[in-house]
Amino acid sequence: MNGQRRASLARFAPLLAGTGLFIAACQPAAQPSPTTAPAKPTEVAKPTAPAATTAPAAAASPVAKPASPVASPSAAAAASPVASPVAGGGNLSGTIKIVSSLPRTGSSKGQTDTIVNAYKMALAEANNRVGGATIVYEDLDDATAAAGKWTADKEAENANRAVNDPDVMVYLGTFNSGAAAVSIPILCRANLTMISPANTYPGLTKKIEGVEANEPDVYYPGGCKRNYTRVVPSDEIQGAAAAKWSKDLGATKAYILDDSEAYGRGIAVFYNITAPKVGLQVVGGPESIDPKASDYRALAQKIRGTGADVVFFGGITQNNAGKLWQDLRATLGTSVRLMGPDGIQEQAFIDAAGQAAENTYTTFGGVPAPKLTGRGAEWYGRYKQQYNSEPEPYASYGYESMKVALDAIQRAGRKDRVAIRDAVTSTKDFTGILGSWSFLPTGDTSLTTMSGSIVKSGKFDSANSVTLQAPQ
Amino acid sequence: MQIQEEVLQVLLIGIANGAIIALIALGYTLVYGIIELINFAHGEVFMIGTMAALTIVTWVPSLFGVKQAFTLPGPIVALIVLGSLVAAMVTCALLNVVVERVAYRRLRAAPKLAPLISAIGVSFVLVNVGLLWKGPSQLNFPDLLPQVDIFRDWLGINTLVLFTFKDLLAIVIAVPLMLGLHLFVQHTRLGKAMRATAQDRDAASMMGIDINLTIALTFLLGGALAGAAGAINGLYNNSAWAFQGFRGGLYAFTAAVMGGIGNLRGAYIGGMAIGIVAAISDRVIDARWTQVVVFGLLILVLIFKPTGILGEETTERA
Repeated sequence: MNGQRRASLARFAPLLAGTGLFIAACQPAAQPSPTTAPAKPTEVAKPTAPAATTAPAAAASPVAKPASPVASPSAAAAASPVASPVAGGGNLSGTIKIVSSLPRTGSSKGQTDTIVNAYKMALAEANNRVGGATIVYEDLDDATAAAGKWTADKEAENANRAVNDPDVMVYLGTFNSGAAAVSIPILCRANLTMISPANTYPGLTKKIEGVEANEPDVYYPGGCKRNYTRVVPSDEIQGAAAAKWSKDLGATKAYILDDSEAYGRGIAVFYNITAPKVGLQVVGGPESIDPKASDYRALAQKIRGTGADVVFFGGITQNNAGKLWQDLRATLGTSVRLMGPDGIQEQAFIDAAGQAAENTYTTFGGVPAPKLTGRGAEWYGRYKQQYNSEPEPYASYGYESMKVALDAIQRAGRKDRVAIRDAVTSTKDFTGILGSWSFLPTGDTSLTTMSGSIVKSGKFDSANSVTLQAPQ
Repeated sequence: MQIQEEVLQVLLIGIANGAIIALIALGYTLVYGIIELINFAHGEVFMIGTMAALTIVTWVPSLFGVKQAFTLPGPIVALIVLGSLVAAMVTCALLNVVVERVAYRRLRAAPKLAPLISAIGVSFVLVNVGLLWKGPSQLNFPDLLPQVDIFRDWLGINTLVLFTFKDLLAIVIAVPLMLGLHLFVQHTRLGKAMRATAQDRDAASMMGIDINLTIALTFLLGGALAGAAGAINGLYNNSAWAFQGFRGGLYAFTAAVMGGIGNLRGAYIGGMAIGIVAAISDRVIDARWTQVVVFGLLILVLIFKPTGILGEETTERA
């Protein structure tokens, strides 16, 4: 009996050790970071095959007329060179679908609810029509209940679903930069335009020295024409503005943490690059935390040992920011400033961190709704009246991106993915609620204004937010 | 901060975390000691314990019409803390008995792998129960334990080392539980029945011991321990998460194996060892490497001493 027991335990040893190593090994790669992202697109490319097989059928019908309502993606692509441009929205008819792909499950839901509200608001104000076409909006979820946040599989599924539905002309999304890395290549091949209200990871659109060598080309495989745009400024500006803000607040020594995702790591790197330029000494990091850890006391201890007077965390609420904040506050006290990016500028973060969230400094790659002026201020009033609640930071960007989409469909004048994509990317001097702006050739917005808000009495004090500028 | 203080602080953090791991590990090792089953669902039972405690801690204050429990008078807060502990222990004890009845009893005579797979299945079911119940986000567990700084406020020592009443509670609470368990197993009739069942199930049955009842009792105790660990984890770490059971369970299982599975003191020592090593790794190396360090250590222990640090105690196991 005794001997048997030993033997049975010994059998567990390799199993256990194997499990442990496996889990440890998986940890850093759990989220598709920029390094792992390239593998994904090629993997998920296969499901697009069905779209290709339907192409001959569509192509067999008399060469897709410019306004043909049933043009399949590939047929449309093939037809575009011969399609004569039609001005105005006069030839639009039938149904045009706009889909969005955002995390609609988990704690991002609070934020994305207000974005979807804003989409619907923009659409309703256009009476769901552009020219003679009826616009149908579909709200896709790229998160799963089990993960509590976006997953690469779900995002790829959404992108393929959009590609395979010939009525889909615009893809609004994504919310998370890591998710965009998955869907851009899928949609790019199908010439489907993407407008993100919230992606701030710079590598999606441009090459940043010292981060990832193969960006952004890796997201546009085979040299497919750029289909991706975003209405928010990206993180090289936000990270730099955060570092400058830290310095302006009187900090001298910074400790930098991140959650090891594309977005969080990216912004931490830019904070790190800018800090020495503005006279802020980096005493530790960028160091990745383990988002599944049960506590961060030893890490907080290490930070205290370095004498840092500001801790910057590049990451999102859903990667255990609440617990991290509790342990940092308990160990560092209230004299050390805690700062984070827009990924934690949501009510869910304050709920998770509790008291520890008080006096947290958060940056945001734009202007909070109450600070918008002109048309923006009018929109803010309408929103509060219609939904009887405060819009979260990205709601105004959601509204703007839907407006851009409708404007582009109008200008393209026909139900054609290539024409609509080109119309979106060539958006110039667009006057919306964010002001007057254009898309740069990279797909980025020409806007660069940032803002910072502080948590006061369990709320983001966005009414007293400050305007931030990145150092030149 | 001087080097001695630094070392002391890291040790204290490690010991406090280790105590929580040890609490969960006790449940693993108890069940293994009796029926030689690694109850992989134990980590999830622990998670349900935290959720049950959280429910009490948020629901009771709402009866008084206040949003945050710590605004209530001291004695009521103490009662809420105690109530959440009891609720978690009762919930988890009953849950564990139901799990044994549904998922393990029928498989008792089956090959060893069958109940193991069944246990993994149960753990998935319980994770999803947690998800349905409280959602997928990391939740804030209200901070109700007194935050008295022991070194400075009680002992008057001027040091930067942070050691609160909360840390002390987490460290010592496992000791009475362990002692109680030991006395129960060694000195009561039911405990004797458990030991007899562990030694030879058929012979014990022939002596008139109700095997099903004895094993159910073992699960009842194991569940109560997991519930206690869950409540204490919530009160101590101030966070609750539907996925916490996986990491917590894995560390505890590792602690049980490292200390010598089936051995109550081994579980405690194993838990402490893991807590301290993890804290040192977090502090000295990089937080990302902590798991590699912990499991690397486990491999070393198993290679050189396959029965764990203290070894399996066949005469005194339970």
